[in-house]
Amino acid sequence: MAKKSDKKIIFKKEKEMPPFAISFYSMEYNKTGIWRNFRPVIDYDKCTFCLICWKFCPEAAIKLKKTKVKGREKLQPVIDYEYCKGCGICWEECLTKAIDIEEESD
Amino acid sequence: MGNHALSYGAKLSRAQVISAYPITPQTEVVELLSRMCASGELKAKFIKVESEHSAMASLIGASSVGVRTFTATSSQGLAHMHEMLHWATGARTPIVMGNINRAFAPPWSVWTEQNDSLSQRDTGWMQLYAQNNQEVLDSVIQAYKVAESLDLPAMVILAAFVLSHTSETVEMPEQEKVDEFLPPYERKYKIDPDEPHAFGGLTNPDNYFELRYKIQKAMEEALKKWEEVGEEFEMMFGRRYGLVETYKVSDAKSLIVSSGTIASTARNAVDSLRESGVKVGFLRIRVFRPFPAELIRGILSSVDKVIVIDRNIGFGASGIFYQEVKAAMYNEKNTPPIFGVVTGLGGRDVSSKDIIEIYQDVIRMKEPKSDIIWKGLKI
Repeated sequence: MAKKSDKKIIFKKEKEMPPFAISFYSMEYNKTGIWRNFRPVIDYDKCTFCLICWKFCPEAAIKLKKTKVKGREKLQPVIDYEYCKGCGICWEECLTKAIDIEEESD
Repeated sequence: MGNHALSYGAKLSRAQVISAYPITPQTEVVELLSRMCASGELKAKFIKVESEHSAMASLIGASSVGVRTFTATSSQGLAHMHEMLHWATGARTPIVMGNINRAFAPPWSVWTEQNDSLSQRDTGWMQLYAQNNQEVLDSVIQAYKVAESLDLPAMVILAAFVLSHTSETVEMPEQEKVDEFLPPYERKYKIDPDEPHAFGGLTNPDNYFELRYKIQKAMEEALKKWEEVGEEFEMMFGRRYGLVETYKVSDAKSLIVSSGTIASTARNAVDSLRESGVKVGFLRIRVFRPFPAELIRGILSSVDKVIVIDRNIGFGASGIFYQEVKAAMYNEKNTPPIFGVVTGLGGRDVSSKDIIEIYQDVIRMKEPKSDIIWKGLKI
């Protein structure tokens, strides 16, 4: 069921605004990826699909994508940059050092 | 007793969620309310908690859902609530709380002094100091009306034992009339699982400032609101309360200013002094936050001398009401000399004789020699 908060709320007058802090719309609009200063990048040649990055990601910003490797079905970790805040936990935890971290350009 | 006046105030206001932790001298407030909840006399949810911090936290949640909430505490309990008091203001939850003025430890004391509530001066809670048990009950009902119209929390404050444990006749307003005066609480933006929002999240410097400005504006508006609600209350119930109360001020040359239960004693002292031909009057500050500075300026600028009696102390400065009154008068052209008296700390009795002596001592002085005149000190 579609919830009202799935839609973006726009206040036309200052008086309509609540007098306290409240999120005006759902996380669909509130994309926290803009907070990021460092961008983790996965090197799929080194990735063993162990999914430890997926387990550790505190923001659930690593999604799993079905893929085939040498004819076998695997789940591949994919970073969702719209929500990844660049904390670097995946980079720290990756066992095969398949994740590199680079400074965001702007 | 004053404590039960608070309980009945909450009951008549139809509080829906009550959460509190017992502390002397507040215990009877929640004992009676929990009995009322258990018997079904009051249709409210009573949340038992392990501390005052949790009591206030649970009421912030309940109030955010859009229900009427009540708690009561005292002294150490109020101090323990401090963090949540700020939260209640920032979340704009119109919680009403009874606070029994009790001195802080150490050394342990259960007797009255205003330092507990005055330590919460800048939390954004409205503060009201009652002088008798009828006013305690009436003020709870009024406080909900003011608080809910402006989304500000309010504290109804009474003196430990002098009011909390003293029995006196209190007229109980009829429930139907209270219902008419105080309709159910409606909250525009509330916690609702069908319409989820995040409340009080991280707010950057681009937006935070304005939210604080809005609290101040609501406080300023509350000055008018307390008067309006006071008038409406008088029309329905016949008892009038304003931001301040004046006694024999029209021809007064000097004024005694105080708050809470020192008021009735001070009125006696004024009567005795007037019998000997002295033109003295009395001003009681009922609402301390928002501070009715303009009203006080209007009253004090026409007298020759002002004596502020404080049952509290801002250590390293002076009596707290004294500081506030002085600050309010500073930019006035006709500012009389203002004398600050600190007395009755830790519940030491302040008698009519003490107040007469204070007056007689001060009237001999041209201007204050220090910020504190101690009265009743044994050393």
